[in-house]
Amino acid sequence: MRARLAGWAFLVPLVAYLLVCYAYPLFTNVDLSIRGYTVRSFVHGGAPLVGFANYAVVFGDPTFRTALLNTVLFTLVSLFFQYTIGLAAALFFARGFRLSATLRALFLVPWLLPLIVSASTWAWLLNSESGLVNAALKVVGLGPVNWLTSPEWSLVSVTIANIWIGIPFNLVVLYSGLQNIPREVYEASSLDGASGWQTFWHVTFPLLRPVSAITLLLGLVYTLKVFDVIWIMTKGGPSGSSTTLATWSYELGFGNMLPRFGPSAAVGNVLILIAVIAGLLYIRVQRRQELA
Amino acid sequence: MFSAPVPARLLAALGLVVSVAACSSTPATTATPDTFSVWDPYPQFTAESEWVKTIEKCGTEAGVKIQRQAYDTTDLTSKVLLAAQQRTAPQVLVVDNPVVSTLVEAGVLKANSDVGLDAGQVSPNLVAAGTVEGQTYGVPIGANTLALYYNKAVLAAAGVDPASVKDWDSLNAALAKVKAAGKKGITFSAIGTEEGTFQFLPWFWGAGGKLTDLPSGKAALELWKSWLDNGYAPNSVVNNTQTTSWQEFATGEYAFAENGTWQLGNAKKAGFEYGVIAIPARTGGTAPAPTGGEFVTVPAQDNKDTEAKAGRIGSCLTAPDKVLAADTALTYISAVPSVQQQQVSAQQDLAVWVEAVKNAKGRTGDNLGTKYPKISQPLWGAVQAALTGAKAPEAALRDAQAAVK
Repeated sequence: MRARLAGWAFLVPLVAYLLVCYAYPLFTNVDLSIRGYTVRSFVHGGAPLVGFANYAVVFGDPTFRTALLNTVLFTLVSLFFQYTIGLAAALFFARGFRLSATLRALFLVPWLLPLIVSASTWAWLLNSESGLVNAALKVVGLGPVNWLTSPEWSLVSVTIANIWIGIPFNLVVLYSGLQNIPREVYEASSLDGASGWQTFWHVTFPLLRPVSAITLLLGLVYTLKVFDVIWIMTKGGPSGSSTTLATWSYELGFGNMLPRFGPSAAVGNVLILIAVIAGLLYIRVQRRQELA
Repeated sequence: MFSAPVPARLLAALGLVVSVAACSSTPATTATPDTFSVWDPYPQFTAESEWVKTIEKCGTEAGVKIQRQAYDTTDLTSKVLLAAQQRTAPQVLVVDNPVVSTLVEAGVLKANSDVGLDAGQVSPNLVAAGTVEGQTYGVPIGANTLALYYNKAVLAAAGVDPASVKDWDSLNAALAKVKAAGKKGITFSAIGTEEGTFQFLPWFWGAGGKLTDLPSGKAALELWKSWLDNGYAPNSVVNNTQTTSWQEFATGEYAFAENGTWQLGNAKKAGFEYGVIAIPARTGGTAPAPTGGEFVTVPAQDNKDTEAKAGRIGSCLTAPDKVLAADTALTYISAVPSVQQQQVSAQQDLAVWVEAVKNAKGRTGDNLGTKYPKISQPLWGAVQAALTGAKAPEAALRDAQAAVK
């Protein structure tokens, strides 16, 4: 009996933490999304249940399609470049040359900077009037680009900034993954006369697959919900051209003097759902790998 | 450890939920607290500032201690709504004027007649933002609005007399001369937030536009678009906040900048001679600019005594003899005509601003109230769509009107 009580006692902090920090907010968010909140009922209670009305509003809004498409583009393009550049850098540093530790530490800087600093710096670099990038383009004889103020470029600009911020994370995780690949495998492949490219493609890449999968999954969840970079650089604009589901959710709930909590929560839930589906896919792929 | 029977597990979980729920709904105190909290959107003022000293003095006069908390103005609305939901709203709240009608709708604020506040001395056009269905909620602490700053050297080099700018045609002529002289014309903020609408409104209203019929102000959007097309205004305005727009003007390259009263302090530090003219209406005269500035309000409390004391603090903060210091520190124009006269006699160059404030209009006035935010958001979207060339000005405003629900 005492052992069982002790067991419960050990379990309580975890359960309490999960309930307070996960279950309750999640429940509140679902509850918000199925009620017709006005500012009055938000303060005084008594918001009526409206079922899926908020979701209908969100799905019927022309912004939804733009935001969804932008979220997909932003996430996939970010992930692709973060992963490939991160992997290339990891392979480069894995060779262990002089000062490689110092250089690797320098590579981490984007990760260490507060997002407000890096996003503001990017916004300044890409400013159409006084930005460094346009100044550089002028030097090589190219015309200025309205990076943040034209609907064609705004999503590209925030994606570039986000890729830059995400590279260090990919570098660190993939680098430690590379360290775990046994030396003997490389020795064997070199004895078999494999070229550098063959070694990478038939040894390194397959052995790195579990690490790659988790890196991409974490990157996906992280990128889906990126908000600060976009909000600081473009506010999702101009006229919605860089709006993602995350910025749209914020805009609905807090970007206006009259908050629309219901639709805002609905968008947030759609975002959570996408992340959960990605997580389930990951688990399935992982199981199949274990069975194989 | 995981072998406990299911009911026991459920019970334990339930117990936790209940206890968590219990501590979030602490019983409301009905006694008047010793310490009153005052929230304001002025994080730039430290504990040593004149403003904070005034709050403390007013607290002492009402017989309570003051705990003052400053928030960023964009954060304040949601912070207050959350606090009101948890019944921890501050006793005195200083809040941006267009938010007042939203907070009234939420049932967060007490009417002046209930708490002994009086906005009788204040100019009617400034009180309008705080009037909902005949009741007034709060007293403006001061007002700011928009006008055109100009760079004297740039205008002189281009051969433009600032006094010649009387309407849109003369403004366009001035901008053309400035561009021909190799300088930049005008900078403003057309960002996709409330700031963008705020900056657009003087032109919109100056073109005879009505917020209930957005296409009626299409001339204003065509004007802005023509400035970008002709190279009178930089493309960066689409992403400019009022602060970044000011930074552009401060480079000394620009002839004009649309900006607010609150930049006067920075203007003196800009390192060049500047002047200020009112924003012209399309066919001449001063265009109505939107009023900015905060209201001192009293959020609903659990007992009448607390509310009455909070009302006393509010009256003290907005009393003509106290408010001058706060308005000076904020570089606001006072909301009280007699204090405005004092300000002008102390500082002649404020006359333009006093004139602009007299012509200004509250955004939530004209009985728009909480309809305003629903109009403002599509409007800034339309401005952005037109300026980036995504839509023609008239089509953009028609689409925005259709999006107003």
